[in-house]
Amino acid sequence: MKGPDMSEPLLAVRDLNAWYGEGHALHGVNLDVMRGETVTLLGRNGVGKTTTLRAIMGLIRKRTGGVTFNGKDLMRLPLHRVAHQGIGFVPEERGIFATLTVDENLILPPVVAKGGMSVDEIFELFPNLKERRNSQGTKLSGGEQQMLAIARILRTGVEMLLLDEPTEGLAPVIVQRIGELLATLKKRGMTILLVEQNFRFAARIADRFYLMDHGKVVEGFPVGQLSAHTDKLHEVLGV
Amino acid sequence: MTMIFGIPVQALLGQLLVGLINGSFYAMLSLGLAVIFGLLRIINFAHGALYMLGAFIGYLLLVHLGIGYWPALIIVPLAVGLFGVAVERVALSRLYRLDPLYGLLFTFGLALVIEGVFRYFFGVSGNPYAVPAQLAGGTNLGFMFLPNYRGWVVVASLIVCIGTWLLIEKTRLGSYLRAATENPELVQAFGVNVPLLLTLTYGLGAALAGLAGILAAPVYQVSPLMGSDLIIVVFAVVVVGGMGSILGAIVTGYMLGLAEGLTKVFYPEASNLVVFVIMAIVLLLRPAGLFGRDG
Repeated sequence: MKGPDMSEPLLAVRDLNAWYGEGHALHGVNLDVMRGETVTLLGRNGVGKTTTLRAIMGLIRKRTGGVTFNGKDLMRLPLHRVAHQGIGFVPEERGIFATLTVDENLILPPVVAKGGMSVDEIFELFPNLKERRNSQGTKLSGGEQQMLAIARILRTGVEMLLLDEPTEGLAPVIVQRIGELLATLKKRGMTILLVEQNFRFAARIADRFYLMDHGKVVEGFPVGQLSAHTDKLHEVLGV
Repeated sequence: MTMIFGIPVQALLGQLLVGLINGSFYAMLSLGLAVIFGLLRIINFAHGALYMLGAFIGYLLLVHLGIGYWPALIIVPLAVGLFGVAVERVALSRLYRLDPLYGLLFTFGLALVIEGVFRYFFGVSGNPYAVPAQLAGGTNLGFMFLPNYRGWVVVASLIVCIGTWLLIEKTRLGSYLRAATENPELVQAFGVNVPLLLTLTYGLGAALAGLAGILAAPVYQVSPLMGSDLIIVVFAVVVVGGMGSILGAIVTGYMLGLAEGLTKVFYPEASNLVVFVIMAIVLLLRPAGLFGRDG
């Protein structure tokens, strides 16, 4: 990695509160993600993991607190300026567009910085997508749609990925491929904030974990302390 | 004289041509409505007024500034488009978060205001706009006599419709537009300036209406009521084609124009009704419209 201060977090979230209408969904979330790190948010359904990602992106406008990325305050930016700071978002529902072909889906997100993959490189990494480049986006299988959702962000040259449950509802063999893909991205220096229910999947690729409960981060620990936290995780995750 | 079903061929072709001309305007206007509805989710009741505005700007350019038809063909869509941009920025953009009914009420009110202003200054009688000299006269096609200007209207509207369709289906800007129609939030989160896209889309829809207006000026009388006469049929076209469907709007526009023309030959009393009868049948059989996606 080049230039900027490596001791500062790339993404810093401070006392983040968010509301859906009148519903208070986040109650003061604090978390840091360092450059090149892969950090996973764990927690049961409905504790605010997805909401945290959406509030960081600015997809939820009713929010207070601080979100800084690369030292820049994201709270003041309009939604369409956030990606240009270098953050890419892969939503839980994948967000593949039915009225666009695979090709069009792939090149939809504007390039925000140099260093992204070219379409050729992406097709090398995802040969399935190349074969089906002229198909309607939503005609792809669930696994292919997830690949496409990640692939299109890789083109944009972002420094950081916000990934919401990339393995949800996918067959084990596809889950493994996504695991390999994330490992590759990590090697290339990509910073990743991952929301994941599949704890064993997350354990393979994450450097650190944050555990969320009731709209807050209740604990954070590195992957090395995972076994020490097993009881706590079982209790909070109910697995 | 050749007859088909007891109708002279000349009369049949003549009415089909009239139908095709009307269909050309239906197609251009419903196209703009469909584009606007698709992305902005606003039923643009001001569309007829924008069409009338286009015809009047052309008329006023000619009468007061001596600017003729051909330059007006460029100036009018630009002017009406800019007016649309201003309307979207000043008013419509504030209504997106509210119930869609507010957008409908606002554009309906806007239409009344624009028409009211023109009625105040020009009354309700029509003003003639001469056919440009290059397109005066007609051509004998052997089986019928085709006024040149009417042929030009059909060709121009086809160019406009196909051009707009290509813009939306085949370009990068068009892919932004289609994606934002499906999920505007996500497209904006990817870094596309969706608010600007909305403004430009309303501007494009308005410009299309203005262009239809100036094309219509030499065919129909330029009058403050010309928009409201047409807009009801155009809404029927959009419903039959499928709300928000671009291709549906174009194809249905021409089809219903022709259907009207045919009805004038075979059963003239029903010619004003036929569009709405077709609409009722389509709504019964395919509520999403001929080209609409179900659900």
